[in-house]
Amino acid sequence: MKSLTFTRCMFWFGILFLYLPMVVLIIYSFNAGRNVQVWAGFSTHWYAEVLRDRQLIAALWRSLRVAFFSATAAMLLGLLASIAIIRMKRFRGRGLLSGMVTAPLVMPDVIIGVSLLMLFVSLQQAIGWPAGRGLNTVFIAHTTFCVAYSTVVISSRLRELDESLEEAAQDLGATPVATFFLVTLPIIWPALLSAWLLSFTLSLDDVVIASFVTGPGATTLPIEVFSSVRLGVSPKINALATMIILAVSLVAFTSWYVTRRIDIRNRRLQVQYLKEAE
Amino acid sequence: MRRIDLSRIPGARWGIISSPYLWMLLFFLLPFAIVARISVAEAQFSIPPYSALFNWAADRLTIEISFANFQWLMEDDTYFRAYWQSIRIAFYSTLMCIAIGYPVAYTIAKAPPSVQPTLLLLILLPSWTSFLIRVYAWMGLLSNRGLINQALVGLGITDGPIQMLNTNFAVYVGVVYAYLPFMILPLYANLVKHDNTLLEAASDLGARKIITFLRITLPLSKNGLIAGSMLVFIPVVGEYVIPELLGGRQTLMIGKVLWQEFFNNRDWPMAGALALVMILILLVPILIFMRVQQKELEGRR
Repeated sequence: MKSLTFTRCMFWFGILFLYLPMVVLIIYSFNAGRNVQVWAGFSTHWYAEVLRDRQLIAALWRSLRVAFFSATAAMLLGLLASIAIIRMKRFRGRGLLSGMVTAPLVMPDVIIGVSLLMLFVSLQQAIGWPAGRGLNTVFIAHTTFCVAYSTVVISSRLRELDESLEEAAQDLGATPVATFFLVTLPIIWPALLSAWLLSFTLSLDDVVIASFVTGPGATTLPIEVFSSVRLGVSPKINALATMIILAVSLVAFTSWYVTRRIDIRNRRLQVQYLKEAE
Repeated sequence: MRRIDLSRIPGARWGIISSPYLWMLLFFLLPFAIVARISVAEAQFSIPPYSALFNWAADRLTIEISFANFQWLMEDDTYFRAYWQSIRIAFYSTLMCIAIGYPVAYTIAKAPPSVQPTLLLLILLPSWTSFLIRVYAWMGLLSNRGLINQALVGLGITDGPIQMLNTNFAVYVGVVYAYLPFMILPLYANLVKHDNTLLEAASDLGARKIITFLRITLPLSKNGLIAGSMLVFIPVVGEYVIPELLGGRQTLMIGKVLWQEFFNNRDWPMAGALALVMILILLVPILIFMRVQQKELEGRR
């Protein structure tokens, strides 16, 4: 019993450690004073200040756009990579492919950033593409590391999927394409959604890689935030951070809830079908 | 039994395999070759700011490879100390993440299955919010006039504020805070698969809880532990944001040095050499991670 209470304590300590800094940050975003550390009464003044900042809003739009396209591309490439690794058992260079989609998970950001920038510059010199650096190069960079995350999410779902369902569909005369769209896709789409959302938040969050590969006039939101954070703590950044925390938590919570509901229902249906088939 | 065989559609198999393949070859693997090539160039004032590999002059083709950067790397002990400190900080942070993360993952895995997803969400929710903001949150807490120092002075524990921000202590706090979920997640994924009947058998045979843990649970969770440790250790070695925001002048980490060589000194070849050596140092941990991950990725079935 003793070890049980010990792990319990550590669990709640862990939770406290994770949440306390966020809570403090949110509370101080409502501070009226300019000094972050001294409480000078409640105010939403800094929120208005954030919304009035044209530069910040423009950077937010750029980031959202890049994140949207990177997440979509990463989800599609991750789906293809998962099918290749899980379902096509033998092909030349399979080990290399699964290596290339796992290594970015741990590769330090500075390495990915500096190596991609050097690639873009060399390619531009050699073949004239990409013509310049900006949101297009950030998109390529973000897609590249997001493919890794999206492959992990999608392949783990694809592996769990009972292949007999697909075999049954094909035995009943469905073409492989029809099987994919009518059987496989409806079952794995929660995984596709979580892969997309994970890639979206990762892209929205990246400051190091984007700093390397971006060009003039293409500052993303994290770069903007980072440059002001370097100068120290300010209540305006607290307000912006609070807004980001709320938006991300809301989206994350909703997606978690929806995918969980669908997953439970799918599993129940699957069990039911298999029972009826017996 | 017919297998799902997409190869029956002409070109489909090739298309499915080659599109992620070519993308990753071009944008993940090829860049390392370019980095290697630029690391043996010389920095110069031009666009791009490094010397060419091939020179064609007076009917003579010369290939210029300079190892000056690597020699400089060996001689100047600033670089050596930066690598060493990065590895040390990453190592100790990994140990701290295990110390906090293992009990947390264990608690979730042993909770009733119905509450597990909720507990997991509770742990993961903070990690979905911006990394930058999580590090920033500690800047306010740890500063000399921050909440922690206010509390310490207010309670009379210390006379004056303790310098915490811009020290290695702050770097450790930030790293453990930011990377803890990466330890918890693979550990949980591993622990939740354990067969409880093994533990019951052990306790039926009279083994004490701690013995059961050490001899059954811990060895079985080896892969989760390795994956989690690598997910923390490897990226932390190259960490830039945390030492920049929370570290002080004595915090010398290689990610920060590389950033400065690149952005402040505009010395691309040196930055390339630093990146290349970092990759070489991390090669063994990365290969270990890939092996464990591949086992999981291709695993069972």
